[in-house]
Amino acid sequence: MSIGETEARIEALNKAIATADDKTADFLQALSQDVVKFSGDKVFVVRDGKGSDPVTGVEVPVPEDAEDVINNNMMRGEIETAQAGLKLFSKDLRQRREGIKVLQGESDETKLPLIEKALAAETDEKLKAQLELIRSAVLLGSSDKSKRLAAAAALARSGQASTKTLLIERLQVESDPEVKVALSATLRTVENALAWGDKLGAAFSGISLGSILLLVALGLAITYGLMGVINMAHGELMMIGAYATYVVQGVFQRYLPDAFDWYLLAAVPVAFLASALMGAALERSVIRFLYGRPLETLLATWGISLILMQLVRTVFGAQNVGVENPSWMSGGWQVMGNLSLPYNRLVIVGFAAVVLLSAAFLIGHTRLGLFVRGVTQNRPIASCMGVNTARIDTYAFALGSGIAGLAGCALSQVGNVGPDLGQSYIVDAFMVVVLGGVGQLAGTVYAALGLGVLNKFLEGWTGAVLAKIAVLVFIIIFIQKRPQGIFAVKGRSAEA
Amino acid sequence: MSRMPATPAVELPTRLPVLSGAGWSAFIVALIAVCAVAPLLNLAIPPDSLFHMSDYAVALLGKIMCFAICALAMDLIWGYTGILSLGHGLFFALGGYVMGMYLMRQIGRDGNYKSDLPDFMVFLDWKELPWHWTFSDSFIATLFLIVLVPGLVAFVFGFFAFRSRIKGVYFSIITQALTFAAMLLFFRNETGFGGNNGFTDFKRILGIAVATPSMRMTLFVLTGLTLLGFFLFSKWLVGSKFGRVLLAIRDAETRVMFSGYNPLGYKLTIWTLSAVMCGVAGALYVPQVGIINPGEMSPANSIEIAIWAAVGGRGTLIGPIVGAFIVNGAKSWLTVTAPEFWLYFLGALFIAVTLFLPNGVVGLVRKLTAGRKP
Repeated sequence: MSIGETEARIEALNKAIATADDKTADFLQALSQDVVKFSGDKVFVVRDGKGSDPVTGVEVPVPEDAEDVINNNMMRGEIETAQAGLKLFSKDLRQRREGIKVLQGESDETKLPLIEKALAAETDEKLKAQLELIRSAVLLGSSDKSKRLAAAAALARSGQASTKTLLIERLQVESDPEVKVALSATLRTVENALAWGDKLGAAFSGISLGSILLLVALGLAITYGLMGVINMAHGELMMIGAYATYVVQGVFQRYLPDAFDWYLLAAVPVAFLASALMGAALERSVIRFLYGRPLETLLATWGISLILMQLVRTVFGAQNVGVENPSWMSGGWQVMGNLSLPYNRLVIVGFAAVVLLSAAFLIGHTRLGLFVRGVTQNRPIASCMGVNTARIDTYAFALGSGIAGLAGCALSQVGNVGPDLGQSYIVDAFMVVVLGGVGQLAGTVYAALGLGVLNKFLEGWTGAVLAKIAVLVFIIIFIQKRPQGIFAVKGRSAEA
Repeated sequence: MSRMPATPAVELPTRLPVLSGAGWSAFIVALIAVCAVAPLLNLAIPPDSLFHMSDYAVALLGKIMCFAICALAMDLIWGYTGILSLGHGLFFALGGYVMGMYLMRQIGRDGNYKSDLPDFMVFLDWKELPWHWTFSDSFIATLFLIVLVPGLVAFVFGFFAFRSRIKGVYFSIITQALTFAAMLLFFRNETGFGGNNGFTDFKRILGIAVATPSMRMTLFVLTGLTLLGFFLFSKWLVGSKFGRVLLAIRDAETRVMFSGYNPLGYKLTIWTLSAVMCGVAGALYVPQVGIINPGEMSPANSIEIAIWAAVGGRGTLIGPIVGAFIVNGAKSWLTVTAPEFWLYFLGALFIAVTLFLPNGVVGLVRKLTAGRKP
C-alpha cells in the first residue's frame, strides 16, 4: 500500500479497508501524517524516532537507507476518504456522522462495498437514511439500468445542493431515455426542496435583519417619534452599548472565567445603563436647549456623535475589538439540507421581541409612560396638570438611549464592534422611523420587519449593494405617496 | 348701499442696491486679490521671499474657495428658504465626476495600459466606453453636463419631494438617504465610475498639463471669480421679489400658501439652483485636488457643508463664505498638528454653534458692532 504506482496503491487501499481492523486505521493515520518510510519491500512507521512494523506493531530498527513514502494529492484524497470510511464503523455516533459527511462529498463505485457493509451495520435511523442516499448517488453511475432507476427514485428525498449538481452531471452523460426521465423527475423534486430551503432561509435572514433594525430604530422612535428630537448620536449610543458589552466580557474573562458563558446576561443591563446615563447627560447638557428646533438638534447631535466616536477611539483604539459569542449561542439549528438557523440570530429575534414588549408596556401601561404620552401630546397642559415636563424629557430620552444600548449589545453578537458601528446603522434606523410614521411604535415594528424581509429577498436577486439602493429608492418613493409614514397620526393641523 | 373698500395704500419696499458702497469696495478688493495679487505673489515673487505665496497655499485656498461655493449654495436653500439639505455632497460629487470623466479622457494613451480607455476600464477588461461616457471627450459638452447633471437630478428629486410637501426633518433625512444610495452605487465597479478609487492621475486639461504652476493659478483664479460671481448673483437674488418669497416660505410656509402663492416653483427653483452651484464647485474642485471618489458622497461630508454655513451665519451671504474659510482653515491646520483633536474640535463646533451662535460668526460680529453704535 505504500510502495508502487498511485493507481496500484489506491486499489490496495480499497481492498484493505473492506477488511479493516484497528491496525489499518493506525496505519492510515500514519500515512496521512507522513511518518511512513520504506526500504526495499519493508515498511516502517516512524514515530518519535522509533520504527515499528505496521502489521504487528512490534518495534523494529529502521535501516539507514529508508525513504519517506510520498503521497501525491490524489493519494491523499483517497487516504482521507478511506479514513472516513473506517469511521463509519466506529462505535461513536459522532464519528460515524463525520465519516458520512466526508463521504457525501466524494464517493465512487470503489467505495460501494464499504458503504453496503456500513449500511448493514448501521443502527441509527437518520444516519442510515443518509448512507442510503450516498449509496444511491454512487449507484447512479452503475452499469445496471434497473439499479440506476432505483437510485434516481431514491435520491428524490435528498435535500442537498450537491445532489442537484450530481443529477445535472448524470443527465448529461446518461444515454437511456427511461433513466433520463427518472433523473429529470428527481431533479425537479430536489430543486423544489432546495428552493423552499432558500426561500425560508431568505425569510429568516430577513426577519433577523428586521429584528436588528427594530432594536436599532425602537430607541429612535421614542426620542424622535415621541419627543421630536433628531438624535444623530443614536448610533453612537448603540456603540456605547456594544463597548459596554465588551468591557463586561473583559471583566468576566479576568475575574469570573467559570461563568464566562453567562456574561451576556450581565452585559444587557450594563449596556442599558451605560447608554441611558450617557443619554440623560446629553439631554441635560445639550438637547434640552434645542427643543422645538429640530434642524439645530440634528446638527448638535451630529457634533455629539463625532465627539463620542473620537472618545472611543482614544480610549479603546481605532481598531475593532473582539466580542465573543458565549458557547450556547454558537452553532445553529439544522432545519433542512440547505437551511440552518444560527442560534445567535434566533436569540436576537427573541431579544428584540422582549425589548419591544417591554417598551410598549412601559409607554402604554405605566405612570411614566402616561406622562411621556401626555407631554408629547400637549406640553403646556401636561405642565399645568403638575407634570414635571423637564424631568419627563430626561427620562424619555434616557429610555430611548438605553434601548439603543440594548441594540448595541445585540449587535456585538452578530457584527464587528468598532468606533464606526453606529454610523453604519444610523441611515437605516432613520429610514425605519420615517417609513413607520412618527409617534407610532407599531409603525416602527412593521417598517423594520418589512424593510428587513424586503432587503433580504432583493439581495437574492440583485446582490447586497443593489438591494440596499433599491430599498432606499423605494423609501424615497414611498414617502412621496405617504409623507407621514405608514401609520400617520390623523389630525387637522395645516402643518401636517 | 355698501361701498367698495378702498384699496389700502401698501407701501412696497424700495429695492435696495445689490451692494452698498462699502460692500462694492470690499468686493472689488476681493476681486483684485484673487485676480492680480495672488497670481503675482505666487508666480512673480521668488520662492525665498517673505511675500511669496506657496503652492501649498494656492492649493489650499483654491480648495476652500470651492467649499465656500458649496456653503453659499447651502445657505440659499437652508438659510434663506429653511430647507436643510443633507445631500449637497451628492451634487458636489456629480459635478466633480462629470469633470473627472473629461479629465480621464484627456489622459489619452498616457495611462499605465497605453489604451484609449481609462485604466480602470482596461483593468475590468471592458472593450468600449459605456454610454454615459459618450460626451466625455468634448470640453464644451462637459461644461454643459456640469450644470445639467446635478441640475437634473436635483430637479427630478425636488419636484417629487416638494410636490408631496415633504419638509423639515423628513426632507433632510430623505436627502441623506439619497446621497447614501448614490455613494453605494458609485462604489460599484460596474456602474463605470471607477469604483472605490474613483478617478485620479489626471494629466492635462484642454491639452495643457494640470500640474504646472500657471495651470494651477488659472484654476485658482477661475474658482475665485466663480465664487465672487455666485456671491453677487445670490445677493441680487435674495434682494429680488423672488428672494422675499423665499424668506416668507422659510418663516411661514402655510401662510404663503394661504396668500395665494404656490411654494413649489420657488422651492424647486432655488433647490435646483443651489444644486447647480454645488456641481460647479465640484467641477472646479476635482482638477485642483486631482482625485474624485465616492467618499465625497458620504453623508458626513454633506453635513459638514451645513456646518460651514452655520458657523459663518445663516441668512447672510458673506457668512457661509467666512464659515467655510474658518472651518476648513482649522481643519487643515489641526489635521496636521493634532489629528486626534480634529474630530473633538469639529464636534464641539457643531454643538457650540447651535447652542450659542445661532447666527454664526457674522451674527456675533454684527451684534457686537451694533452694541457699540447706539
